[in-house]
Formats: sequence, structure tokens, C-alpha cells
Amino acid sequence: MSAEKFANPVVRWIDHRLPIFSMLDHEKYDYPVPKNLNYMWNFGVLAGLALVIMIVTGIVLAMNYTAHVDHAFGSVERIMRDVNHGWLIRYIHMNAASFFFIVVYIHIFRGLYYGSYKAPRELLWMLGVVIFLLMMATAFMGYVLPWGQMSFWGATVITNLFSAIPFVGESIVVFLWGGFSVDNPTLNRFFSLHYLMPFLIAGVVVLHIIALHRFGSNNPIGIDAKGPQDTISFHPYYTIKDMVGIAMFLLLLAVAVFFFPNAMGHPDNYIPANPMQTPAHIVPEWYFLPFYAILRAVPDKLGGVLLMFSAIFVLFVLPWLDRSPVRSARFRPVFRIFFWLLFIDCIILGYLGGMPAEGIYVLLSRLATAWYFLHFLVILPMLSVFETTRPLPKSISEPVLATARGVA
Amino acid sequence: MRTFLMASAAALAALVGLASPAMAAGGDVKLQAGEWSFAGPFGYFDKGALQRGFQVYREVCAGCHGLDYIAFRNLADLGYNEAEIKAIAAEYEVMDGPDDEGEMFMRPARSADIIPNPYRNDNEARASNNGAMPPDLSLIAKARANGPDYIYSLLLGYEDAPEGQDVPDGMHYNNAYSGHLIAMPQPIYGDDVEYTDGSPTTPEGLSADVTNFLMWAAEPKLEVRKRIGVAAVFFLSIFLVMSYFAKRRVWADLH
Repeated sequence: MSAEKFANPVVRWIDHRLPIFSMLDHEKYDYPVPKNLNYMWNFGVLAGLALVIMIVTGIVLAMNYTAHVDHAFGSVERIMRDVNHGWLIRYIHMNAASFFFIVVYIHIFRGLYYGSYKAPRELLWMLGVVIFLLMMATAFMGYVLPWGQMSFWGATVITNLFSAIPFVGESIVVFLWGGFSVDNPTLNRFFSLHYLMPFLIAGVVVLHIIALHRFGSNNPIGIDAKGPQDTISFHPYYTIKDMVGIAMFLLLLAVAVFFFPNAMGHPDNYIPANPMQTPAHIVPEWYFLPFYAILRAVPDKLGGVLLMFSAIFVLFVLPWLDRSPVRSARFRPVFRIFFWLLFIDCIILGYLGGMPAEGIYVLLSRLATAWYFLHFLVILPMLSVFETTRPLPKSISEPVLATARGVA
Repeated sequence: MRTFLMASAAALAALVGLASPAMAAGGDVKLQAGEWSFAGPFGYFDKGALQRGFQVYREVCAGCHGLDYIAFRNLADLGYNEAEIKAIAAEYEVMDGPDDEGEMFMRPARSADIIPNPYRNDNEARASNNGAMPPDLSLIAKARANGPDYIYSLLLGYEDAPEGQDVPDGMHYNNAYSGHLIAMPQPIYGDDVEYTDGSPTTPEGLSADVTNFLMWAAEPKLEVRKRIGVAAVFFLSIFLVMSYFAKRRVWADLH
């Protein structure tokens, strides 16, 4: 890339020595993007935006937060009451966390639906699963910081899971706690890690984008771009399309922050942590509920922990479980039905995770958990062999032109 | 795929909606819904109700319950001016020190002081209440599911226990409390305080006023939050519409 293309002499001078503008220019104009991406392809950018919002608000919150069991709850209340616009920054941080998960869940289901995990994008997909895992760890530790009742008891329940590991479990839990119960050392290390991990996420996001730009985005049809007639430049077409998504995202986030700031939280977290008093129901944040349901579906503690982690691990090996050469569900009629069944199954798991583990809920959790694994471990491999897929279009531009004619 | 997007949104809304009853404490109670000026996108605090509610707090609740996150200066939100706040604060004594001799001493409270707690510590609070701990009220309206309705219903929920319900000594029957047995004796009977503005001092009136006050205590920035929210939603709606038409304009030359 030559530097001559820039009119501004300062930009030209810098770019000659540090070709950062050429790089940006390259991504903006020369990076070919399939011309048929729908709004489901907004969610990667939205997840990036959510990460930036979380980091910016989080850094400001950290300036006013005190990581000590005696002061954490009070310092959060001070942010809510005395810090200028502290209530706004905290409510944005709280709600953007939920929105981050909503966006990422849609992003994941989009990948599942359109087969975005298939060759040659396996590593892109796996890096995404790594980001998801890091997000879960970060969100869990962040929820502990206000040191309310759910913070404390959530931390107690989740860290105790590690005690299920044979032989070394108890030692690992003591190591995690930095003592013999969830206490000040636990809060301190969680704060430290909660501050660190978003930057690890940002690092993996860079890898995720490098892997993405190797082969470019998948698309709703799931066939590769055959040439320039199938692609358009990222700017201005997808920058403006992403802006529509960003506007929608910010609008919904604003509605939550300003009018329902505590709807996705738990009232018990406005009660200061009390190690002597267990809440009636300990429930994690809503975005963990499907995994919580899988954890509790197994009567054995170790089994539950293994199954819960397997629920995510199965996503790592998904590219090798679904061997169908056709990517998009549009051309896989049977897969499409099972995709929606899995989607409903995950919603049901989320519902069951919020219910007490008793009576009919236990049975339903087991069935829903079984279906989750059946989908990935049995149905997808079988479909790869037995499903009759519909004929694929010859190229991306053909059906695009066809629809354009049909509409116009 | 538009249906996908809408299905996801609907499913998530359903998930949140379905999960919240599970999070509410106890399913065996029915709350009475009050009419709150602070509800809705244009919600605001009724300053008269806040002042009356503060009076109810001082004369009824403050015997046992603290407000550990509220300072006298915060009462400016209720419509009191600086002199009135100083006068209110001066009615309380707080411990200060140590002085130059190393002694702690009592002095009249100032605006910057936290409203003093009726007890020196939790142990004294328990000892004075049959072992039950009267919770701090600063955040109670957010620390209970449907906080305002809950407080209102709880204050009005005292009644005779039904046949066969055993009420142990020191407990009281309340139809709004999970499990129905609450350690707090009925605090409000009607006419417990004398209002200067002639507002009704029925149990409902007093309970509604103190609920307003406690909602303010838990969420003092509610008014400014909703005010900014209306502007933000208005602005972002226009931004969304403009982005959408800009997108169509840019994409028009592709076809």
C-alpha cells in the first residue's frame, strides 16, 4: 500500500514510517465482504461495542470502588449516591453486562444457524468459544464485587464446585479463596482478575478478527464468494449497516439503564453480604441459568460440574461433530428443525435454572440437558450423513439478483 | 434473518419474565399494588409525600431501623432548605472525636452527618428485638422484589392468624410476609403521627407516604435518571431512524 493515496501531509508522513493508516484503509476498502449479509451479522460489532462500554465504565467505577469486605458495599452505594453521575455509570456497567451476553448469545446462535463454524473457520469459532469462557469468568467475578448477598453466596456456590475434583479439589478451593472461606482475600483477587480479564478478552478478540479476515465473513447462503461480483467493500456498506444495529443496541440499552435498571439483577444483592445468613434461593445471573440447570440436573456433584463444562467444551469440537459440507441452515431442512429445537431447549434450560431444584423441575432439567447433548453428539453427526440438503445456488450474486428483481 | 432476530428477542424477554417470579421471595403472598408517582417513564417524587414519609420514619420506624446511607444533607431532595436541614440535624446527637485530650464526645449533628442509627451495633439491635435484626431501611425498596408494593403491603398486612396457625411468642402474623410470621410488631395503626398539611393519617395514607420516602432513600437519583432517559430515548430513536434511511440511501446504488 503506498502512502500517496492520503491527501493530508501529516498522515502521509506518519504512514510512511508507521503504516497504520494504510492498514485501516485496507480493512475499510480492500477487505471484501459478501454482499448478502443480513442484520444477524451486526452482532460481532455489537459485542465489540459492548466490550468497549464495559471497559470504559469499568475503569471509571474502579476509581471509586473499594475492594474490601467492610467497604465494598458502601463504596458502591457511594458511587450510586455521591459520585457525579456514578449511578449512571454503574447502571450502564450492570446492564451492558447483560446486553453483552444477549448480543453474544445471538452471535453464537447465528453461527450455529449459518454453519459459520465449518471449514475453514474452525479456529475463528474456537477463539469465539474462548472469548465466551473468559466473559463468563469475568462476569462471575464482577458480580461478586458489590458484596451483596447474591455476590457472596454466588461466589461460595461456584467456587465450591471445584471441591468436586477428586483428591485436589479441597486444596484448589482453598487456593481460590486465599483462605478457608469466601472472604477479603477472595474479594481482592476477584477484583484484580475482573480488571485483568477484559484485556485478555480484547487480546483474543484481536485474534478472532485476524482469523475472521483470513477468509472473510460467512454469509446467509453459506457458499464462498466467487469473485468481485459477490462482494462489496466494508465501508461504506457495512459501516452504515452496523450503525443501524448500533443505534438499535444503544436504544434498547438506554431503555434498560434509564427505566428498568434493576430488572435483570436480583433484589437480594442490595442486601450487604452476610456469611451467617443464606438466601432462600441462590440463583446466578440470568445468563448463567442454562448452565446452572445442567449443573443441577446431575445428582452427583462431580458429574454435574463435568457436564456443565462439557456443555461448553462440546462447542469447541462442534466443527468436527457436524460434518455436513453445506453450511447454511437455509439448505438443510432437517437441520433447521433441530436448530430451533436446540434454541427452545436452551430457553427451557434457562427457565429451569431459575427454578428451585425440586419436583418436576429436576426431571425436566434432566430431559432438557439430555436433549442438549443429544443434539450435538448424536443428531448433528447423524444429520451430516443422512440429511438430503437442498441444491446450493451457483454464487452469492445470483440469488441476490433474483431477490432484487423479485422485489423491484 | 428477521424472524430469527424477533424470535430471539421474544425468547429472551420470555426468559427474563419467567425467571423473575422464581427470584421473588416466596410465592405464598399477594402484594397490593399502590399508585406511585415515581412509577413509569415520567415518574417523579411527590415532595409532600416524601416529607410526610420522613416524618413517619422519624416517629415510627426510627425506633428500631437505621438509614445508614442517608445523610441529613440528602434531605434537600425532599424540599428542605439549608436552614431547615441544619435544624433537623441539630435535633440529633452524634459521637465525634477523639478531641485533643483523646476523648470521644457527643455533639449536635451537622448536615454532613449520617442520620444516626438507633443502635450502636448489630448486637445491640438484636438484643433489643428478641434476637431479630431490624434491617437498615436505606435500600429496602430495592432489596425486596417489587419493593414499594412490598413495603406498602407489609405495613398493611397485619391481621389475626387464621384458625390452626400457631403464632409463637414475639412473632406476628402478616399476610404479605413470606411464611407469614414476622418478628416486627405492627408499626402503623392510623393516626400514629400528626401531619401539619392535613393529609389523611389513615393506615393506607401513612404507609403510602413512608413507602414514597423509602423509595427515595433507595433510589435518590430516580428523577434525574428518568429525565435523562426520556431525552436519551428520544435522541436515540431519531438516530435509529436516520441511520436506517442513510443505510438505504447508501445501499440503493448497489441494485
